[in-house]
Amino acid sequence: MTTWWMMLGMVAVTQAARMSFLVFGDKIAFPAWLNRALHFVPVAVLTALIVPMALAPQGHIDVSPRNAYLVGTLVALAVALPRGKTLPAIVASFVVYGVMRGLG
Amino acid sequence: MSPMHSRALLWQGARDTLPMMVGAAPFGLIFGTFALAMGLTPVTALAMSVLVFAGSSQFIAVNLVGAGAALPVIWLTTFVVNLRHMLYSATLLPHARGWPLAWRAPLAFWLTDETFAVVEHRLRTRGAAGGQWYWLGSSLAMYGNWLLWTLVGVLLGRAVPNLAHWGLDFAMVGTFAAILAPQLKRFPYLAAAVAAGSVALWTHGLPYKLDLMVAAAAGIAAGMVCQTGENAR
Repeated sequence: MTTWWMMLGMVAVTQAARMSFLVFGDKIAFPAWLNRALHFVPVAVLTALIVPMALAPQGHIDVSPRNAYLVGTLVALAVALPRGKTLPAIVASFVVYGVMRGLG
Repeated sequence: MSPMHSRALLWQGARDTLPMMVGAAPFGLIFGTFALAMGLTPVTALAMSVLVFAGSSQFIAVNLVGAGAALPVIWLTTFVVNLRHMLYSATLLPHARGWPLAWRAPLAFWLTDETFAVVEHRLRTRGAAGGQWYWLGSSLAMYGNWLLWTLVGVLLGRAVPNLAHWGLDFAMVGTFAAILAPQLKRFPYLAAAVAAGSVALWTHGLPYKLDLMVAAAAGIAAGMVCQTGENAR
């Protein structure tokens, strides 16, 4: 029984965050500064998610050509940077990462 | 929107989410086995993936259950861990504002880091027209994938040796990097990335994904400051 109460509360707080703006905020006009701030959310969040995994996949910082996570990430960035070709960048990074893991 | 076209968009959203599914698979499986080990029944473990559908907080909650934590502790922790979804919800709203509630509510229900990354990129670069079908495709792909791998974990009932070290989590890193790269060509966005990345590295290991929130805030602030400086020149 307690498990189901736990679950109900988890659903409530998780959905409160997810639905906050998308469901309940559609009538709110965002102030200009908030609109400006939101433009930086994707770049800030994605970088915050990948940097620790790329630079410290084992928990400690490892900047070396043997770090497959780092090399793979750099390949994805390098391929996608010039013309925004996402798919070739993903494929290239997976191949390089896979080969490095396979050999390592 | 013709049914043909909407089905194509649905499929496209799912297809673009495929790398994320590979990255999430081991975690779904590990969650299934871990939940049983922590004393959840197969039904409650599956129900958690069906109802809560939030990987990190599911792991943390099950851990807290194992440790005998009180309910309010589990709820508060879940809330803090999932606070970042509020940021995603706000960021996507300008694209979704014109859609009926019957679309916005289920799409919000399925919001995850992965779907946010894929869908935000699509809406920003290709516009909102038909985007709800694309978003739905991405959501259902992530949801189905998470349920499937939780089920596999529950059925297997014991951890697959070293699954966490197979390195499938790189799928997420590589895809996020590819989505991120084109934005780095504009100075304020590059500044936001450098700030967020440095702070993330520095605060890495803070509990409850607070490192992510702090790093995101730093990135947003740096981007806004540099943009103001750029406009002033």
